[in-house]
Amino acid sequence: MEQTAVRFEHVSMAFPGVLANDDVSLEIKKGEVFALVGENGAGKSTLMNILYGILTPTDGRVYINGSPVDRFAPRAAIARGVGMVHQHFMLVPSFTVAENIVLSREPRKGRIFFDSAAARRETEALSAEYGLAVDPSAVVGDLSVGLQQRVEILKALHRGAEILILDEPTAVLTPQETEELFAVIRRIVGQRHMTVIIITHKLYEVMAISDRVGVMRKGQLVGVRDTADVDEKLLASMMVGRPMLYDELEKTGTPGKELLRVEDLKVRDSRGLAAVRGVSLSVRAGEVLGIAAVEGNGQSELIEAITGMIRPESGKVFLLDRDVTGQDPGAIRAVGLAHVPEDRLATGVSAQATVADNLLAGRQREKRFTRFGFHRRMSTVERYASQLYERFDIRGAGTQAPAGSMSGGNMQKVVIAREFSFDAPVLIVAQPTRGVDVGAIEFIHSQIIAKRNQGCAILLCSADLDEVFRLSDRIVTLYEGRITGEFSGTFSKDEIGWHMTGGGKREEAG
Amino acid sequence: MLEDILSGIFSAGTFNQMLRSATPVALAALGGAMTEHAGIMNIGMDGMILMGAFFGVLGSWYFGSAAAGVALVLVMGVIVGLFFALFTVKFRSDEFIIGTALNTFALGLTSFLSRSIFGTAGTKGNPALPTVHLPFLDAIPFLGRVLNDNSLFIYVTWALVLVMWLFVYRTPYGLWLRASGEKPETLRTAGIAPERMKWLASILCGLLCGLAGAHLSLGQLQGTFAEDMANSRGYIAFACVIFSKADPAMAYVAALMFGFFDAIGLRLQDYISSDLTNTIPYVITIVMMVYVVVRSQRKKRHAGKRLPQRQT
Repeated sequence: MEQTAVRFEHVSMAFPGVLANDDVSLEIKKGEVFALVGENGAGKSTLMNILYGILTPTDGRVYINGSPVDRFAPRAAIARGVGMVHQHFMLVPSFTVAENIVLSREPRKGRIFFDSAAARRETEALSAEYGLAVDPSAVVGDLSVGLQQRVEILKALHRGAEILILDEPTAVLTPQETEELFAVIRRIVGQRHMTVIIITHKLYEVMAISDRVGVMRKGQLVGVRDTADVDEKLLASMMVGRPMLYDELEKTGTPGKELLRVEDLKVRDSRGLAAVRGVSLSVRAGEVLGIAAVEGNGQSELIEAITGMIRPESGKVFLLDRDVTGQDPGAIRAVGLAHVPEDRLATGVSAQATVADNLLAGRQREKRFTRFGFHRRMSTVERYASQLYERFDIRGAGTQAPAGSMSGGNMQKVVIAREFSFDAPVLIVAQPTRGVDVGAIEFIHSQIIAKRNQGCAILLCSADLDEVFRLSDRIVTLYEGRITGEFSGTFSKDEIGWHMTGGGKREEAG
Repeated sequence: MLEDILSGIFSAGTFNQMLRSATPVALAALGGAMTEHAGIMNIGMDGMILMGAFFGVLGSWYFGSAAAGVALVLVMGVIVGLFFALFTVKFRSDEFIIGTALNTFALGLTSFLSRSIFGTAGTKGNPALPTVHLPFLDAIPFLGRVLNDNSLFIYVTWALVLVMWLFVYRTPYGLWLRASGEKPETLRTAGIAPERMKWLASILCGLLCGLAGAHLSLGQLQGTFAEDMANSRGYIAFACVIFSKADPAMAYVAALMFGFFDAIGLRLQDYISSDLTNTIPYVITIVMMVYVVVRSQRKKRHAGKRLPQRQT
C-alpha cells in the first residue's frame, strides 16, 4: 500500500507584487525521489520553504504524513520529520562538523554543559550508518563545498528527517561530487525508505535520479509525470510553455571591418602569477568570437584586461582602431564597449540598489535623466527602466525591488538589458547564462545573435561548450594563458576539447 | 634614578594597581564579548558603565548600603540591556548610532540626576563595597600582597571570567550565541530564533557593564560619583573585545595589559608630567588595534593563497 508523505492542497503564496505559488496541489509518495523543476523564479523554492515552515502560505493546506500542518515554523517541520538542505548552506563556518550537526539538539552532560565528545560520537555513528564519511572535528569553513553539503545532509538526518528536501544541490558541485550525491540519495531512499524532494533545473539530473517529476511555471504546477514517461525535450517544453528545441539561430550578414584587436597581451593575476601569456586576437563587425577554455586558464584575466578592470603587463588593446590599453573602464566604455561580466553578483549588479537603478547605471548623468546635473528625474528613469523591463522579459517584483531579491536568471537579464542597450559596437560577454534556466538561456542567446546580426563585434567567453558552439562564428581555445587553436566553419567537439586541454600544437591566432 | 623607577614599576603596588585598573575594563569587556558573539557592534558600553556607576552610588546613598546599590545596578543593567536590544535587535537600527546615542544619553541623564538629587555634579563618601582579606594569602610573599586586600569585585570578576568562558565555549547556549552572530539563518533553520540570543547577549552586556560601573564608583572610589567617570573605559573594553576575538579569558588578559600600563603611568607621574602618562592606556589601545589589523591582514593573505582549491 502506498502512503503519502506530503500533500499540498490548493496552496498559494503571495508576496508584494508577485504570486510565487498559484493554487498548487501536489502529492509526494513515501519512499520516492521527486524532482521539482522549473525556470528561475517559477516558485519551486517557495513551495519547499512552505513545507519546511519558513514561509506561511497565504492560502491552502499542507499535510505531512496525512495530518494537516497548523503552524508553519522550522521547529514544527523538523519535529514532523522534514529536513531541508538549502542552496546556500546553513552551516556555521567556524564550528566543527560535529557542532554543526548537533546544533539545537546538543548532547549534554550535567544538564547545562555541551558534551562535545558525545557530539563527535553521534556524528561518527551517523556517518558510518549512512556511509557518508566526514571528520567530526574538522572546521566546516575549511571543507570543500561537496563535503559541506554532506554535513548538511547528515545534519538533517541527525534531526530525524524522513522527508529530505534538497534545493538545487548540484549547482555548486563538480560532476564527480554530483555522482557521489546521487549515490547517497539512492542509498538513503533504497535502504531507509526515505522520501527525497530535489529541486533542480538541470534536466539530465531529473532523468538520472528521480522517480517522478513535477514541473512548475510562473508559480503554477503545470504537470506531474513518471520520469520514465518523459524525456528532457518534453520537460523543457513544459517548463517554458512552448516547444523549445534549441533551434538553429539565424545568423545573417558577413563580417565587416575589425573593431577589436588584441596584440600580444600579457596579464598577471591577483597573486602576481602570469595568467595571460601573450594573446593576440581580433574580432570583426558582425561576428562572434568564442573563447573555449577550462576555468582558470586566463580567460577571466584576458577579459578584465580588455575591459580595463586590470592593467595588462604588456601588449596592446585597440578598440575601433584606438589604443585603449590600460585605460579605466569608463574611458574604454566611452569609446564603444559594453561588458557583461562573468560574476553578476560581484560586478554585474548592485544587489542593494533597485532594478531601475541597475538598469540605469552608466547612463545616470545623461541629460534626460537629470535636472541641474544632480536632481534625478524619477518619472523619466521609471519609464526608461520599465521599457527595458518589458523588452527583456524580466520577471520579478517590479523595477523598484532590490536587484538582489531576484532569481539568478532575471538578475542576468537585468545585466544583459543594461549592457545591450548602450548600442556599443563591441560587446564583451562572459558566462552569459551561468546558473540561468532554460527559458532565459534561449532568450539571452537570441539577444546575442540579434546584436551580431546588427553588426556588433562580440567576444564571448563561456564555460559551457554547447553555448560557445552555438553562438560563435569562430572559436579560439585558450590553455594556460595561450591560444592553442583557432577554428571556424563547422566545429568538432573532440578537436576543440583536445586543444582546450593543451593537447594541440600551439598556434598563433590572427 | 633609573633603578628607583624600575623597582617602583615592578613593585607589588604596581601589580595591585594593575588589578584595580583592569577590573572595570574587564567586566565591561566580558559584556562586550557577549554582544560581539551575537553579532552586535556595541560601542555603547561607555554609557552602560556610566549608568552603573551612577545608579550604584544612588542606591547606596538612598538605602544606605552598598549591596542595595549593586542590586539597583543589576535592575538598571537589565533595563539598559533591554533598551539597547529593543533598538538594535527589534527595530534593527544602526548599531553605531544607537551606541553613540546611549553614551550621550547616559552622560546627560547621570549629570542631570546627580545635580537634581545631590545638588552637585558628583557625590562622595557613600557606603562602599568591602575589601576582602584572605588570611591564607599572607603566607605568599610577593603575590600575596598583589592579590590580597582588594575590593570585592576583583574576586567576583575572576569568577565571572570563568563562568562566561564556560558559558560561551562549553554550553549549548554558547553555541547558539555564537551561531546567532556568525550565521543567524543557520540557527533559525535549526528552530531557534537568533533574536532570542541577541536579546540575551544585550541583557548580559547591560548587567556586566553595570557591574563595571558599580565597581568604579562603589569599589575603586569608595562611594564616589563624578561626572563622566567612565572616562572612555567602555571604548577601551571594546578594544579588548576585538583584540581577544571576544574570548572572555583573553579579554581579561587584554584588560590586565591595559591595567598594567595604566599602573605604570601612575608610578611615572613622580618623574614625568601626568599629562603625558595619562596617554599611556590610549597609546596601548592604538598599538592593540594595529596588531588586530595586522593579524586580520595576514589571515586574509593566507586565505588568498589557499583560495584556488580545485576539487577533483
